[in-house]
Amino acid sequence: MNQNLLLIIVLAPLLGSIISGLLGKQVGRMWSHRVAIAGVGLAFIISIWVFKLVVFDDQTYNGQVYQWMQVGSISFEIGFLIDSLTAIMILVVTFVSLMVHIYTIGYMHHDDGYTRFFSYISLFTFSMLMLVMSNNFMQLFFGWEAVGLISYLLIGFWYKKPMAIYANLKAFLVNRIGDFGFLLGIAAVLMYAGSLDYVQVFIQAPEIAKKTISIFSDVQWSVMSLTCILLFIGAMGKSAQVPLHVWLPDSMEGPTPISALIHAATMVTAGIFMVTRMSPLFEFSDTALSVILVVGATTAIFMGFMGLVQNDIKRVIAYSTLSQLGYMTVALGASAYAAGMFHLMTHAFFKALLFLAAGSVMISLNHEQDIRKMGGLRKYLPITYWTSLIGSLAIIGFPGMSGFFSKDLIIESEHISSITGHDFAYFAILISVFITALYSFRLFFLVFHGQEHFTLHNGKQLHEPSIAVRIPLILLAIPSAVGGMFIGSIVFGDFFDGVILVLPEHNVLAYFGEEYHGLVSFILHGLMTTPFLLALLGVSVAYIIYVKRPNIAVRLRQRFTWFHKVLVNKYGFDNFNDKVLAGGSRLIARVFWKIGDLTLIDGVIVNGSAKIVGLAARMVRHIQTGYLYHYAFAMILGVWLLLTLFVV
Amino acid sequence: MIFQVINMSFALPEIFMMVMACIVLLVSAFMGKDSSSVSYWLSQFTLLITAFIIYLSISGTGGITFYGSYIKDPLSDILKLSICIINIFVLSYSWYYLKVRNLFNGEYYALATFATLGMLIMVSSTHFITLYLGLELLSLCLYAMVAMKRKSAMATEAAMKYFILGALASGMLLYGMSIIYGATGSLSLASISTAIQIGHLDNTVLSFGLVFLTIGIGFKFGAVPFHMWLPDVYHGAPTAVTLFISTAPKIAAFSMIMRLFVDGLENLHQYWQGMLIVLSVLSMIIGNVVAIAQTNLKRMLAYSTISHVGFLLLGVLSGTNEGYAASMFYVLIYALTTSGSFGMIILMGRNGFEADNISDYKGMNERNPWFAFMMLILMFSMAGIPPMAGFYTKLMVIKSLISVDLILLAIIAVLMSVVGAFYYLRMIKVMYFENPIEQIKLQAPIDIRILFSSNALLVLLIGIFPSSLMTICITIFS
Repeated sequence: MNQNLLLIIVLAPLLGSIISGLLGKQVGRMWSHRVAIAGVGLAFIISIWVFKLVVFDDQTYNGQVYQWMQVGSISFEIGFLIDSLTAIMILVVTFVSLMVHIYTIGYMHHDDGYTRFFSYISLFTFSMLMLVMSNNFMQLFFGWEAVGLISYLLIGFWYKKPMAIYANLKAFLVNRIGDFGFLLGIAAVLMYAGSLDYVQVFIQAPEIAKKTISIFSDVQWSVMSLTCILLFIGAMGKSAQVPLHVWLPDSMEGPTPISALIHAATMVTAGIFMVTRMSPLFEFSDTALSVILVVGATTAIFMGFMGLVQNDIKRVIAYSTLSQLGYMTVALGASAYAAGMFHLMTHAFFKALLFLAAGSVMISLNHEQDIRKMGGLRKYLPITYWTSLIGSLAIIGFPGMSGFFSKDLIIESEHISSITGHDFAYFAILISVFITALYSFRLFFLVFHGQEHFTLHNGKQLHEPSIAVRIPLILLAIPSAVGGMFIGSIVFGDFFDGVILVLPEHNVLAYFGEEYHGLVSFILHGLMTTPFLLALLGVSVAYIIYVKRPNIAVRLRQRFTWFHKVLVNKYGFDNFNDKVLAGGSRLIARVFWKIGDLTLIDGVIVNGSAKIVGLAARMVRHIQTGYLYHYAFAMILGVWLLLTLFVV
Repeated sequence: MIFQVINMSFALPEIFMMVMACIVLLVSAFMGKDSSSVSYWLSQFTLLITAFIIYLSISGTGGITFYGSYIKDPLSDILKLSICIINIFVLSYSWYYLKVRNLFNGEYYALATFATLGMLIMVSSTHFITLYLGLELLSLCLYAMVAMKRKSAMATEAAMKYFILGALASGMLLYGMSIIYGATGSLSLASISTAIQIGHLDNTVLSFGLVFLTIGIGFKFGAVPFHMWLPDVYHGAPTAVTLFISTAPKIAAFSMIMRLFVDGLENLHQYWQGMLIVLSVLSMIIGNVVAIAQTNLKRMLAYSTISHVGFLLLGVLSGTNEGYAASMFYVLIYALTTSGSFGMIILMGRNGFEADNISDYKGMNERNPWFAFMMLILMFSMAGIPPMAGFYTKLMVIKSLISVDLILLAIIAVLMSVVGAFYYLRMIKVMYFENPIEQIKLQAPIDIRILFSSNALLVLLIGIFPSSLMTICITIFS
């Protein structure tokens, strides 16, 4: 595989970003988006080519592009590792990114920050590609931080909105916690493997698994468990797992296209990707897998509930993203990495679709986000309606749609897994199948069916937004519907062989591989299982409550006030963080500030030494008298000094 | 005596440059008033072609010629190439400075070309006489350049001081050389080295001579206590001349210390290490501390130079290949950064206004954010803040110290660079956080803007990709 080809994939979006960002004013809006789209488009086309090379021609690539520096025996370098995992990720990233780029032309049309926005999303694409294409931990960390930074910039894109600023700071801080764990994890890898290169580290994994470390006296910890849990804490921050999920719902303050690109399809799945990439490490720690399983299951079910009580169209989808990320995490915990990756892919398509469709609704209604003020939009927005339906069916796992395959597989994997906590996980995600169907179709019915609750200003006609908005919807609807049919080759075939490591005793997918007899039988089987019935039940309940008998919803809310309150308060996570963590830190910080910093450090150490140095400077300055004979005398003194010190 | 064919090709760059320097001189002498632009372009052409010749010969074989007095090796190639490139930058800045003020005619360029020739000779010399020849050629040109603005009392005073002290230092250097000659019976560095290696020499005599060589080198660098000329000259000379003095001659001085101490007297390392420690510690302390009290930017940069010299000597005195490479990297980055900093002063000034007070930079960011940012890069680099190149230079030097267990020295170096950070950061504070005194937008022609920007961005770029230049420096000494 040609290294330059790979370089183009990452550099084309970067170039687009630089041009539209730094020269945005000079080249104008039109050329800004042309350049940005051309960059990402080029990356997408080459990604298809690379995918072909990897999948059909069995080529892989692992090489160094540039050595940044060498410290001792550790080399810091930029390099690419291209295998089937990378190939599928770059394909998904560039495709969704391209769709979002096109969509943005329509969505951000009237915004003052048009060129800035394009610059950011192209830069994001670059960073995300660097992350997934990396062949070492350092570059992974670079990409990890870079996507975090751009997420921060984009959440606060409308920087005059106080809520947006609050939200981006929150996202930043919460991710800091995750990244801290991640960095410690990388440090642990470096300490025990002595290398940052993936392959080097993975080779040593079985050795490291035998080692223990004592952090507190006398208690021996497995190094591998510690490393993996630390790495997973990073994934928890980025992929918004409980309790580090709090930033994701608030991130909806950013423009919708980035909610689709960053906070649904790509960046938040970085954690899933990372764990999959590190499967040769995680496989050696049942403890870590167990933690992953429980955290994922908790996220899947509890975040799903919250989707039921939200009235903001984007927040509903955001909670559904959280819940779906929980699904993927659960899959990782059960060592069904391929299933998790497959769900990541299908989710990227249908979730981006749902977000963009929501955006399309918002454009039509003058950026109204409250679903109680919508309704009956079906006849005005036919394309949005049908594509949303496909997206919603995909997310609830309707047999035949893309989400069905990935979801069904994850649920079944939990069923037969042997990792501690798998029965809880199985139960949790089974329930959340019902919840998913309920909130998804609650949203769907409230927006597109029922009575019209919106008011339009002075006779404006309600119609579909511009073509730039409609094309991505249609293009995303296609893989959302049919993307599942590749399950046979991707999950059960030899697609991930040699890339993902699964120990024989964990290998749940192999079991299904034997059972797998083609798509049709898989679908037919799916029609008879509990998840399908639960999903159907969810849709029916949603139909009855929100279309047929709206008063049931009101009565339920009165009946279960306490539960509603708990959900609206988001289980108290935000309050706890605000009062205890933030408040507590501020209190401690105040003490340190007043006593430690102002008095001791500033007063005595810093200003004290600065005063002394300043005094010395003013005094020594007078040596420079300006008289030549003083200068010559100084030289003679120097001669005398050197002679007495070194000769006599 | 066996007849030897002198291999002229090793000295081809110098021969070319000498011929061209004479032409520039003649042109400026005969064309009179209108000569400045012709001699400017001619001297730039000279530098460019010389650089090209050196570049072509890099891969060629090296060797010693002119009866053991002249050498072509990787070190000389790279240093000469850097001198030429830095001087191309320097002359471009100077051209703008002189044109705006309508100062001097061709003579500036003629002197600059001769000075460059002197530096090239210094770089290539392996013999006391050649070394001294190059040094004096360079110094005489510099004295004249400082004094060129005849009507300025400050400039003439500075030139006078420089000349007298320079003569004193030259005398001491010659005295040192003669003592070494007396002890070893040779003027060629290679045979001196063998003579010392064989032994049976009186170390007291050798170290006595060494002291005087150290003084000569210390004066050329401007190391404390032989630094007194430096602030006055930097301040008094026209900025274009200061710029010239403060950049490439330091590279030549570095080659001088390498040739004398490493090529010739490496076996006396235990003696000169101590002397250099004294010089470098004093330079770092005096340079950094006094720079704080300066209000004039040129004077501040003069003291900053002194402190950088202290740092640079640290790498040399470690006595390892790693340390030599670190010092070489240091001096190259230093020259590049300094040329940018003085370039900024030139850029800011106009006819009748020198822009050499720190207060002239108040609110730079409002007047021209791009220039302010470029200056920020340069100041950060000087202070040694990553990812600017200046960080890696300091890092390498300190690493080389630690590898030979001079921990205390490393600690002093780090502490002093903290002190140094103060005055560089003050520049940035002045540029970004204070209100401008005058509101005039900064204007300069496009070519000088591009030149300045590329100079500063190069500092940033090398900082991000340090290995490129670092590798070159390391391979030279291994």
